[in-house]
Amino acid sequence: MNVVAETGTRRFALIGTPNSGKTALFNALTGSRQKVANYPGVTVERKSGTLWLPSGHSVSLVDLPGTYSLRARSPDEEVTRDVVLGRLVGEAPPDLLICVADATNLRLAMRLVIELKQVGRPLLLVLNMIDIAHRRGVDIDTEQMSAALGVPVVTAAAVRRGGIDELSARLDELAAADLDTRREAGWQTPTISELRAAQREADRIIKLAVHMPTKPDTLTTRLDAVLLHPIFGLLILLALLFVMFQAVFSWAQPLMDLISAGFDAVGAGVHNWVPDGVLQSFLQDGVISGVGSVIVFLPQILILFLFILLLEDLGYMARAAFLMDRIMGGAGLHGRAFIPLLSSFACAIPGIMATRVIDNPRDRLTTILVAPLMTCSARIPVYTLIISAFIPAKQVWGFASLQGLVMFGLYAAGIVSALGVSFLAKFFFWRDDPTPPFMLELPDYKLPRPRSIVTGLYTRARIFLKRAGTTIFSMMVLIWFLASFPRPPEGATGPAIDYSLAAIIGHALSPLLAPVGFNWQISVALVPGMAAREVAVAALGTVYAIEGGKGAAEQIGHTLANQWSLPTALALLVWYIFAPQCASTLAVIRRETGSWRWMAITFTYMLALAYLASLITYNVAIALGAG
Amino acid sequence: MVDSNHSSEEPPHFCLGQAKRGFRGQIHLIMVTEGLSNLPTGELERRLIELGFTEGAAVEILHEGTFGRDPIAVRIDNATVAIRRREAMAILVI
Repeated sequence: MNVVAETGTRRFALIGTPNSGKTALFNALTGSRQKVANYPGVTVERKSGTLWLPSGHSVSLVDLPGTYSLRARSPDEEVTRDVVLGRLVGEAPPDLLICVADATNLRLAMRLVIELKQVGRPLLLVLNMIDIAHRRGVDIDTEQMSAALGVPVVTAAAVRRGGIDELSARLDELAAADLDTRREAGWQTPTISELRAAQREADRIIKLAVHMPTKPDTLTTRLDAVLLHPIFGLLILLALLFVMFQAVFSWAQPLMDLISAGFDAVGAGVHNWVPDGVLQSFLQDGVISGVGSVIVFLPQILILFLFILLLEDLGYMARAAFLMDRIMGGAGLHGRAFIPLLSSFACAIPGIMATRVIDNPRDRLTTILVAPLMTCSARIPVYTLIISAFIPAKQVWGFASLQGLVMFGLYAAGIVSALGVSFLAKFFFWRDDPTPPFMLELPDYKLPRPRSIVTGLYTRARIFLKRAGTTIFSMMVLIWFLASFPRPPEGATGPAIDYSLAAIIGHALSPLLAPVGFNWQISVALVPGMAAREVAVAALGTVYAIEGGKGAAEQIGHTLANQWSLPTALALLVWYIFAPQCASTLAVIRRETGSWRWMAITFTYMLALAYLASLITYNVAIALGAG
Repeated sequence: MVDSNHSSEEPPHFCLGQAKRGFRGQIHLIMVTEGLSNLPTGELERRLIELGFTEGAAVEILHEGTFGRDPIAVRIDNATVAIRRREAMAILVI
């Protein structure tokens, strides 16, 4: 297959072991000219970009998922194998394989290069992080290495200015050369003895061409003595997570308020300029608040990913997984699931997006499945409204407030149920196919490069706005439609929502929800409450015909305290621990898993849990005489 | 069998999975027995080799986890690899 003739552009691919600095090199080579898409049919990210060579020619560069061998063990590694071997439908095989290796840690990369040689495609070995290697006294004879390997070798320092000049020049030569790409891919799964032989060969070449210092990286060793300490290590991790949680939770708040206020102002502007009617309602309540409800998450997502990218680039993320492995493993979760789950306390959306740090697809799915059970900030308005209306503000045990205790109980219930569900998910979905063992390289610590972090943040923000934005927005418009149509008849006295499809659905649902103690007003409010949990508060206000504005929440509280029984209020609280009342979360699950199936599973299991838990709460409360 | 303390026929060899923090030695043999891990025996052996656990390589246990001293962080040549003690039972060291 001659791709050059078809497209006119050469196609180069970066391949390398995890932690080889491959992504930093990709960022340095392509800058912000990157495209992130998905490979067809899988949720593996395809990162590609344009590389402008010194001669003025351009080359298309694709960053393949990191792997230790072509013997693919995960969907990511399957993509790497299939692209390299030219087996992936719709993806032409690369004209040149650029294998990236960490110059300070060559053993595993060298074995990969020996394996890649078998493929028979043009190959170039890049010894990345050569600056760090030199500083540590690693001396590499690239000519001797190249001769012994039979592969051209070039050095690079992706994070240094001018560090990729030699590589660029070499790529320029190769782009102009007549690369022999017609050879058939000749790779076969190596046997265990071939693997051993390849590693022996790799060790022989390293011995021949590399002079290693006797002392390993002392900075990493000294840092790890503290950061991986059985007690201090855990305490530092917890402190770090606390700061991160605080940042996502409270630093983002002013920005989020600003965005909300901005969209409210635009909505009010539209309200004044467009005459009353369907168009006004569509623009104000459908489009503007729909777009606003997507954008409002952006500060949280950016702050969370800033932390994640920094920790990842520092090399700390693998350590966090090491420290949390035993604790999370007990519930059937991966050590790396800790950060996404913690972020879900702020909002499940950045949390679910953060599950990308978990490379095993099954562990990632389990984490996505349970992330919405963590008590997100959107539940707080609902919780505080009901708690302040129904739970007396008295002290218990002399020091704790009863209201605070109930709040704590709701948080604890979320955590316990998340652990329980993940345990059951492992048991039911993946019982016959046990999770692979925890085996992970702990890379040396490195200072992150600001430009690489900014590129990463920009990419995440774009993905969120583009992919999640479209789905969230369409769901918001749908919910607006349900709550607005049909319009109230002439001379109607009740609030407009009473005549809408939402009310019809709510009334239809109300016999189903009666056993858990919900009256028809709650049932109706739950329909627009699908948009987001806190919307239910406003919807209750609408249903009970309470004017908005200052003190509205307090008024709603008074009304509810008069109209509802305590068992109903408790049942609604428990409902909100589990209920999948958030269209945005469901949309993000759909996007991140690439399937409607997982969205449907999440929705169903959460709804079932919510119903069951409310049913029990309501009946137990009545039996205890609270009715 | 290598699953208990009394199994080593050749006294100086023992499992890396049983070694303490600070242990320094050399890999004698990778020997995966049935049921040692969730993975099929051949698969675990391949993964260990791909992470650099090959016969003759020098190893050192640098760190241990908080609970049950698990997992362990093993220095192997110029790299550090985290691994659970269960899988490290397949690595015989001297």
